[in-house]
Amino acid sequence: MTTQSAAGSRYRLFLERFPVRRFVLVLLALVIAYGGAAGSIATLRAGRFSGEVWANLFISGVARGSVYAIIALGYTLVYGILFIINFAHGEVFMAGAFTAYFVAVGLASKGMLESNPIISIGILFVVSSLVSMGVAILLERIAYRPLRGAPRLVPLITAIGASLFLQYTFRGFYGANARAYPTIPAIQGTWEIGSFPVQKVHLISILGAVALWLVLFWIVERTRVGREMRAVGEDREIAALMGVDVDRTIVFTFGIGGALAGAAGILYVFLFNQVIFTMGFFPGLKAFTAAVLGGIGSITGAALGGLILGILETVGPNLFLDGAGVPSPNQLIPIVAFGILVLVLIFLPGGFLGAPDDKSRA
Amino acid sequence: MVRLETWLGTHNVSRASLHSPIPARLRQQLWPQERKLERNRLLMKLKNYRGLMALLVVLALVAAACGSSDSDGDSDGSTNGGPPAVCASDAFGCVEVASGDPIKIGSLLVTTGPNSSLGLDSQYGIEMALDYADGTFDDTNITIQGHDVVLVPEDDGCSAEGGTAGANKLAADTQIVAVIGTSCSSAALGTADKILGDKGVTLISPSNTSPALTAEATRNPFYFRTAHNDTLQGAAVAEFAYNFEGVKTAATIHDGSPYAEGLANAFAASFEALGGTITSQDAIQVGDTDFSGVLASIQAESPELLYFPIFVGEGSLLVQQAKTTLGDSVVLTGSDGLWSDDFYAAAGDGVFLSGPDVSAFAGDAALYKDIFLPRYAEKYGSEPLSAFHAHAWDAANIVLGAIEKVAVDSGGTLYIPRSGLRDAIAATSGYTGITGTLSCNGNGDCQPSATIAVFEIVGGKQAADPVFSVVKSLE
Repeated sequence: MTTQSAAGSRYRLFLERFPVRRFVLVLLALVIAYGGAAGSIATLRAGRFSGEVWANLFISGVARGSVYAIIALGYTLVYGILFIINFAHGEVFMAGAFTAYFVAVGLASKGMLESNPIISIGILFVVSSLVSMGVAILLERIAYRPLRGAPRLVPLITAIGASLFLQYTFRGFYGANARAYPTIPAIQGTWEIGSFPVQKVHLISILGAVALWLVLFWIVERTRVGREMRAVGEDREIAALMGVDVDRTIVFTFGIGGALAGAAGILYVFLFNQVIFTMGFFPGLKAFTAAVLGGIGSITGAALGGLILGILETVGPNLFLDGAGVPSPNQLIPIVAFGILVLVLIFLPGGFLGAPDDKSRA
Repeated sequence: MVRLETWLGTHNVSRASLHSPIPARLRQQLWPQERKLERNRLLMKLKNYRGLMALLVVLALVAAACGSSDSDGDSDGSTNGGPPAVCASDAFGCVEVASGDPIKIGSLLVTTGPNSSLGLDSQYGIEMALDYADGTFDDTNITIQGHDVVLVPEDDGCSAEGGTAGANKLAADTQIVAVIGTSCSSAALGTADKILGDKGVTLISPSNTSPALTAEATRNPFYFRTAHNDTLQGAAVAEFAYNFEGVKTAATIHDGSPYAEGLANAFAASFEALGGTITSQDAIQVGDTDFSGVLASIQAESPELLYFPIFVGEGSLLVQQAKTTLGDSVVLTGSDGLWSDDFYAAAGDGVFLSGPDVSAFAGDAALYKDIFLPRYAEKYGSEPLSAFHAHAWDAANIVLGAIEKVAVDSGGTLYIPRSGLRDAIAATSGYTGITGTLSCNGNGDCQPSATIAVFEIVGGKQAADPVFSVVKSLE
């Protein structure tokens, strides 16, 4: 009798303690993971794609991911210091690339793109970075600084408003049409690595992104202004008491983020040589996703998140869905990419490299 | 990630609800005084707004009073003539154009964004038709029984959302007699055709080609088009591929829009009927920029021809990436949705595009070559931006002819019966326009046969003469 009721209460206790929500989430994750694995095995068994095709997809994923990573750095920098999400960052990226288009057309008409590709590419990078930097600094000055003390939700809404404002301002400046970037003959075609042909634009995007990331890492970790940025992110008031000019540091942060976005814009048009005033929206959204995936606030995390997202987008649909018999799997790119994002965030709410508990900083 | 509370900020959130782990509803069940407190809080809130609500009620009353006095004025105005009997018997009534008011014709075309050259080209065609309907180009529109004809342009955005928004705007204006549009099938199918049709407003499109729009099951009785049906174009491209290029295998890509999907399917059906093999039928997303995945999937089946009847934004990128991924041996073919200078510049040479044969319209060739084209160049400062200016011209003239036929003047007010106008357009038979001899069939297709051609892009431009041309007729 007594043992029975003890067993009963233990059973009840188990029911009360049983983490239903977590159980359902884990079950869901297992089902998705099983589906993905089964699809991948079926795809590889069917052997429709050769190793070379997979390698090409992988490289184009890395190239695309590198661009996401560089844009994501802008999100992560601003978040690390101000704890706001600068949703207008995608438009900062568009502003640089779209403005540099006109410079590129000018250079092309003078024949510079053919005769001096390195100088012209340098000019494009400088123009794009400067324009994006200017837009980012103006954005901070006009849209965010007056709201610095306001609750979190306010700058978020402002950011969305600023994003639309910038989009339609640039539509007013440059028109609503998609414009084809002039091609630079020197970076067309492929390079042989070993005996494997890699598209030049892919390699340039990847190397460019690595270089930009290293520069940023050096600035943040090794320079005085980087130390000030980290100090402001740690505690704004104490940093101010220690003699850090907080306003100047924040402007500098937006400036670096903007310049990176402008450079990413040029890498982007190397890959997809077309500009339109809405071009910033999706890359911006995906870079934000990449920043969250890697752990927002972390510079290494942003790069990691960008690469993972890029690879998932190119390799994912064919790998997971093709073998499972899903028709037109590449129409489902966002589902694959964002499904994985949800899956990761269930188990690692802070992303791959984020602080496990953000409470102390936020 | 940030915890929710810090993310939302703690202002405006009551301290009790923030810190208590017990949900509000349960709290109220456990402690009745909580419920009372909540009720009091709500009452206080209402009291604060009492003044505002009173003001709103007064305003509503005033508005209602004004509205009724307005309608009184209308009935006074029409006593000297009175509506003719045809208006009472018409299911949708008449458009009443008071003396001195203009006759309004709407247009619903894509005039912004990457596909704007398609819509602007049609709009120019309509403007020129309204101007020339009296026999001369003089920059003044035709008048019908003493009323000016004016065009009310709206944008269809080349999307279902844009079509809905634009059609709602036009449907809200009861003075709109008929609408010429849409540019893109996605803006019409189930959206603009239904919104306008429900109000008895006739929609006649210069460039919709999706078969679904005039299919028995999905068509709207107030919908017509002067563009060809894509069962014709799909069959023509299949003949180009199988007979002219001599390819036996082909793959298709569409972007989920009714235009692209309808055309890809029509092509696939005809290509297989000719004896060819469709290796894969794929789809992409509007707004995508990287097509390496879908191209790898197509390459795995190694087709000899890739047919992508999509639009400019994605088409430009797709064709560039297809050239590097698939190599030079695969024939790249698109359709009239890609007729745009932006696409020619981006795509480069060696790409084929199908569409209506502008070099051999079967209609009034003298009118087109000697009067229309020179005027177009003079007025808009360019070669035609696309192919459908001619179809738009014909659509506008059919609408004008129908209005002249059914409009009844009564005491200075012009009455245009809505169903009557629809029936007059449906009865169009043997009308000689620019694009050919037009006769509307029972499903709303006014182009019974069309010459479909395939053009090559040469030197960053579409070649003037087609490489392939064939006449196709609806059964």
